[in-house]
Formats: sequence, C-alpha cells, structure tokens
Amino acid sequence: MLMPKPNADVLAKRDALVAGLRRIIPDPEGVIDDKDDLRAFECDGLSAYRQLPMIAVLPSTVREISEILKYCKAEGGNVVPRGAGTALSGGALPLADGVLLGLGKFNKILEIDYDNRCVVAQPGVTNLAITDAVKADGFYYAPDPSSQIACTIGGNVAENSGGVHCLKYGLTTHNVLGIEMVTMEGDIIRLGGKHLDAEGYDLLGIMTGSEGLLGVITEVTVRILRSPEFISAQLIGFPSSEQAGDCVGKIIGAGIIPAGMEMMDRYAIHAAEEFCHAGYPLDVEALLIVELDGPEVEIAYYQTQIDEIAKNCGATVSRISSSEEERTTFWAGRKAAFPAVGRISPDYMCMDGTIPRSQLPKVLARMNELSKHYGLRVANVFHAGDGNLHPLILFDANNPGELEKCEAFGADILKLCVEVGGVLTGEHGVGIEKRDLMGEMFTEEDLKQQQRLKCDFDPDGRLNPGKVFPILHRCAELGKMHVHNGELPFPDIPRF
Amino acid sequence: MQITKITEEQQIADMLDWALAGRHGLAIRGGGTKEGIGRPVTTEQALDLSGLAGVEMYEPAELVMKAKAGTKISEIKSLLRQSEQRLAFDPPDYGPLFGQEAEEGTLGGIFSANLSGSARIKAGSARDHLLGVEGFTGRGQPFHTGSRVMKNVTGYDLCKLVAGSYGTLAIATSLTFKVLPRPEKTRTVLLYDAPLEKAQPIMNRGLSSVHDIAAAAWLPANIVAKSDIDYIRDPGKSVLALKIEGPGPSAEFRCNVIREMFGSEGALEELHGKNSESFWNFMSNASAFTGSSRPLWKLSLPPANAASVVTAIADKMPEASYFLDWGGGLLWVELPEEGEDGGESHIRGALHGAGHATLIRGSNELRQHIAPFHPQAPAIQKITARIKEGFDPENILNPGRMYPLEEMKANA
Repeated sequence: MLMPKPNADVLAKRDALVAGLRRIIPDPEGVIDDKDDLRAFECDGLSAYRQLPMIAVLPSTVREISEILKYCKAEGGNVVPRGAGTALSGGALPLADGVLLGLGKFNKILEIDYDNRCVVAQPGVTNLAITDAVKADGFYYAPDPSSQIACTIGGNVAENSGGVHCLKYGLTTHNVLGIEMVTMEGDIIRLGGKHLDAEGYDLLGIMTGSEGLLGVITEVTVRILRSPEFISAQLIGFPSSEQAGDCVGKIIGAGIIPAGMEMMDRYAIHAAEEFCHAGYPLDVEALLIVELDGPEVEIAYYQTQIDEIAKNCGATVSRISSSEEERTTFWAGRKAAFPAVGRISPDYMCMDGTIPRSQLPKVLARMNELSKHYGLRVANVFHAGDGNLHPLILFDANNPGELEKCEAFGADILKLCVEVGGVLTGEHGVGIEKRDLMGEMFTEEDLKQQQRLKCDFDPDGRLNPGKVFPILHRCAELGKMHVHNGELPFPDIPRF
Repeated sequence: MQITKITEEQQIADMLDWALAGRHGLAIRGGGTKEGIGRPVTTEQALDLSGLAGVEMYEPAELVMKAKAGTKISEIKSLLRQSEQRLAFDPPDYGPLFGQEAEEGTLGGIFSANLSGSARIKAGSARDHLLGVEGFTGRGQPFHTGSRVMKNVTGYDLCKLVAGSYGTLAIATSLTFKVLPRPEKTRTVLLYDAPLEKAQPIMNRGLSSVHDIAAAAWLPANIVAKSDIDYIRDPGKSVLALKIEGPGPSAEFRCNVIREMFGSEGALEELHGKNSESFWNFMSNASAFTGSSRPLWKLSLPPANAASVVTAIADKMPEASYFLDWGGGLLWVELPEEGEDGGESHIRGALHGAGHATLIRGSNELRQHIAPFHPQAPAIQKITARIKEGFDPENILNPGRMYPLEEMKANA
C-alpha cells in the first residue's frame, strides 16, 4: 500500500513542531513524541498496515484543536484525526510526516434532552455509552456497529457507521442531528442542532461519512428513540443460499421491514457454533436471523406470515426465540462471527461490499470460484436485509505472499460487487483499503468532483491525505483557485 | 424568459456548452411548483425538464426505484401503490400554495428542494431516501454519485448536496431512491382543545412512548376551520393529531393504548383510512394556507421551543396564523401582509439562534430584498460559496436563487 511520500522539510523540523504544539497544549502528556509511546497509535482496526505517526497530540479543548489545526496548516504539517481507532479500512492510519490528533479526552456526555429526544456528546464518547446513558429511561441510540462497545460517536459520524439494525432504523446519517466541527483553517462551525434539515447546502450530510478528510468533529447531537416494547428473533435454516436469499426478498416484498435480517453461510455457521454454542443447526447451508420489534400483537402477526413465506421458500428449520435470553443467544453466534472465524485461522480479512440482493446467488457462486482460484477459504456473514456482504477471507500472514493473495482476492470480490450494480463499501469506509479501487465505481470526473469538495474544506489537502482518493490532485488543478503564497501542495502529484 | 423543453440528456449537455461559452445563466425547472421559493431567478433562458420523464427501474422486493427527473410525483405514487408501496417521507405538493394545479410536482423538484411531509420525524427526509443521482454539473460535465443500494459509504455522498440545493449545483437527470411498504392501516387519534403550551409536551409524550407514532401535529382553532374533514373542522377547537400506522391488529391495539394515555387531557376522536390520509396531506401540503399570496414562513426548530417561538412571534405580530407539525419541530407561519421585511426580523429573531426559517411564499420584491433562505454563519458561508464555485464556477445554474451572487463571489 503506497502512501504519499513523507515531506522531508516537515520531518526535519519535527522538534520545532513538538515545541510549537506544546505551546498550544499545556498538559505535559498532551503531546507525545516518544517512539514507544507513539506505538499505541500505529494502526487502526485494519492492522495489516502500520505506521508510526511523527507526533501524537491529545488536546482537551475545542480551542486547542482549532489552534493545532491552524498551526499545522501554517507549518505545512498533515493531520490524521482518530477516535477509538476501531475502523476497518485504515482511515486512521498515521502518516510518517503527520500529527495524529487523538480525541480520547473528549469523552463526556454533555446533555441528555428528553424534551427534544436527543443526546449531545463529545466525539470520544463510545456508541454504547450513549445508549447506556438513556437506557434506564427506556431510550436508546439506534445505529449499533458491532464495535459499539469501543467505537466512538465522532468516529461513527466520520464513517457513517451502520450495524445490524439499519434496515429499519437507518445509518448514522439518519440519526445525527447536529455537529460542531473545526476546519483545517481553524474555523469552529456548528451544523444542524436539535432541529431537522439543513438551512442551506447539507454540510452535515457531507461531513457524515467523510472519513476525517474534511474537518475534525468536536461535538455530536444524535436523536434517541424509545426502546421497543418487545423484541423477538427467529432462526430460519435453508438447504441453499439461493433459497435463503429468496426468502429475504419475499419477506420485504410482503411489506415487512424487520428490525434486522442477517444471513450466515455454512462456514460461518459452523465457526460461530463451535465458538459460542448458540444452538445453530449444522445441517443447513444458510441461516437467517430475522428480528422483529414492536408491540407483541404486531410481532406475532408478522411471525405467522414469515413462517409461511419461509416454508414456501424451502426452510428446513424455523425457531422463534421464547425468551430474551434465547434471543440474545441467537445473536451471540452472529455477533461473534468475526472472532469465531479468527479462531480457526491465523488471520482473516473482512470485506464490506453491498450488492442488490437479487444478485446474491451469482455473487456467492463467483466467490466460491475465486476461493478455489486463490486457494483461500472464505466465510460469509451478510446484512441480508440491505444487501451488505461481509466475506471473511482466511489466510496466514506468516506464509510469504498470502497477504498479497488475500488482498487480490478481496479486490476481486469488491469489483464483483460493483459489476453487479453494488458498491465497494457499505459501512466500513474506503480509507486506504479500498482507495485504489475507487476507479471501479467512479469516473475520473466523478472523483474530481468529490475532491473539489475536499478542497472546499481543506484547500491545502492537509487533513488525512492519502486516504479515500487514489490520485491526489492539486486544488488549483481541479479548478479550485485557493493557492496560498503561490505554493502548490503536493508538488509532485503523488500517484499511488 | 425563453424556455427550452428538454426531452433527452444530450440537449442539456448542449445547452450547458452554450451557456458556458457565453456565460449565460440557466433557470432549471420541472413542474414549476416550487419556482416561488427562493430568490427570483432572472435569466433569459430556462430549461424545462418536465419532458425528461419515465420510470427506468423499479424493483419492489429491493425497495428501490429509478426515474427521470421530470417524472411526476403523482405518477410515481400511483405506480408504487400497485405494489402496496410508497414514498415514506410524504413528498408534499406546494403547487396549490402558489395558486397552481395540484399534482404537478416532479421527482427532480422534490429532491432538489429536499421537501418532506409530516412523516419526516419518523420516516426521515427526502434526502434520506435519495440513493443515487445522475446529471450534469455547472461545468457541463456528466456526473454520477451514489448507487442503487441502501448501504453505501463509498466516497463523499454528493446526493446530500444535490438534495436541498435547488438546482444551484447540478442538473439532476435521473434519481434513484428508496421506497417502502405501505402500511396496511393508517389511523389518527385526535385530541381536542389542547392549548399551545401543552401541545409539544403532549406530542413528545406520544413520540417518547413505545407506540411508534408516525406523525404528530397541532392546529389551532382558526386553522381547523379550513379543513374539509368534519371531525377536524366542526368542533371548532384546536386539534392535536397523532398518526399510527401498521398491520391491522397492531394499529388497532396502539390506537386504543394512545387513547387511554391521553383520555384525561380532553375529548378524543379517531380518523380512519381515507380521512386519516387526507388529513395528513392537508398538513404536509400546508393546505390551510392555499388561496392567498400572503407571506408564508416555514421554521425548523428544536421541538421543545415550539410554544415560546410561537408566543414570541404572536407578541410582535398578533395577526399571524400558524400551526405545528413534526411533533413541534416544524412551525408554519402565515402573515397578513408583507410590511417592511415580510416579518423576517421577528420570525428569525424568535428562533434565538436555534433552528432556521425559510420564506416559502412572498412577492418577487420581497424575495429579492430579504434572505429567503436562513442566513449562515461566516465560516459556513465561505464553504457554501466554495462548493457552489466547485460545482458551477461560472454561476450558470439557477444563479442567485439561494444566495446573492455577489455575496457568494466575495466569500469564495
């Protein structure tokens, strides 16, 4: 994975930069320049790629963040923002000549506002902590990425995180009402608030999922929902993935939008069952978990319909959770699918494409062929309701060449997703992982238009460069005329 | 103004080439039902996209449809209905607010203006349902963004900018969007005579309950008089309305529980089927304010501020007519006359910095000299101006419609 060439001038003045940053952050532990201490930040959830940052800073006020960004911009230093570092696409991978900006100290919930049904939190608050803060009063925050115990709300906004319930409750973008952010120019901006919709261009919508390239999020307002009265899960097993896929389409076609609808293939079922004994049937090729929530009468009504649909699609097993404990057990296997697969293979890489659901049989068949071609096994878990695939490719990084083989296999899967009308990433982000595949989905002009947006927020390209876009264009070259002091950023237009 | 009727994409490319070569502005229109919103566009040339119409793809089991920008919303609705589906954000029809025929609005129009009806609080906004866009930027370049799948975080989501930019950034030619099942039953519980101060707290209690309320609104007595539903109009008292949707047994169950919850607050009634549907159209379309050309404002605000904002406005302008939707988060205000500034200072002042106010209807003169779209903070203005410049460097598309050109140039 090629990253932009570190700027020798910036590296040469590292000590001066450390001193400058210490003037901004009075806390002696707020600026980290010791190699061993920097090790903690060397990668995010995509741990195959590692890089020590030049310097790490842990500010504790918004004012400090604004000063840091202004200072780095003036000094020509790059900045990589980081929440909990749980993302799976390398978006928080440090840069050798970059300042890593950690938001860990912004870990407070600022306001719980039941009158407006929202919570205002600092960006370093974890996703689950928001739900925990309002749970006793019967509320929750809907998006639930599987890393929710550790991932932060600021990171969720930056990545537009999903989860298993977005079929019914939407992604982060549908649940965030407002943010405060700081631009690379040091401007502190408020977008949205406790009200709905943008007053002009939807900058909040653009910031959500912008992967830390447009600004640093310093406060988030999210809407909270009342927890449903009842929740029930149903396990449905099928002799083939085609039948399971067919069943998913027919449930939705019948007008039912379950809270979640997950699918696992044979390999994933067996790994999960061995790992946590969820009671999954082992004689099926595909397993659906269909979760319904709402009043008891509504759940019962839909479950009768779903049973009928499943039977007609050839289901061989159907079990409805009879208690909250059993429902949790049904989910335990699915939620542990990644570590379960991790246990049977030294390494695995998790892919994240989305496809039109009807293309599932074709995609699974092609994936099997690719698996044979590369000689690498693959297990599939799938947010079946919204077509978001998570193939887990198993490999052993200690075998020379196997990581590269795994990357090539992964790239082929994602190209396949685009080929059948889908996309490169459904919820994990582009980061560095899928950066070089962007051309599969977008024309050169489309990518230029996206990069012009980057220039609108960050004319010098200082914030998280080397991520998302395969080719960095100068803003001036894109027709954006924000050239400062006659100096162009990226004088050699790195191509990587 | 000369109007060029567009029937195929290539004509747009040609018109853009012409406009770029001679730096001519282009007004972009579909059904023309929202032409009265924003600053007047005074170009010599307009592109009429209403002929660029037709559904290109519809897969009910995948909950997705793709259609050309000029396709009428009414046509899309009736097609969806055949598969028991709908546009869940209740696309409003503002045409009649401007004295136009009903049901002339187009797909491109509804998404370009990001307009959502009463269901917005639960179902999300128009922009939340927009999955993909094909079109042209003001650079004359074809572009596409998004896709046809529900979950997509690949690159910047430029759909968010197309939605709500009133054709000032790009000309959308095709839009792909999410559709959802039509609920089996729709009912509305009505509570009579709840005073303004209690309206939002009661709606909030409903919306905070487990009963999954789909819409919540409050209408004072002078507004209910304009409804053609007898249950709304005849008692002559304020009405607080809570919408419940779902399969038959669930809707019935929840209606009963809601009635029990609010029985002590006043007299209750229930609207079923057609009446319920027609009432929420009346709300979404702000139909109480048709038949006049008086200035009309739409305010988005933190719901809990609803009563104090209304009171502040009524103190300064006692003749103002208003109602609340979105559980208190949306306030419509009609003023008896334009006066000096169309009520701008009082309306925006009442928000105390929380939320925003858009002038939906006003004379050309008024829309020329006040800001129909809520003024932005300087740092946001700067980014807005740069975005406009990035998409449309020569200011060709709907020039000046959202913000004055001079202001944009100065900020970029």
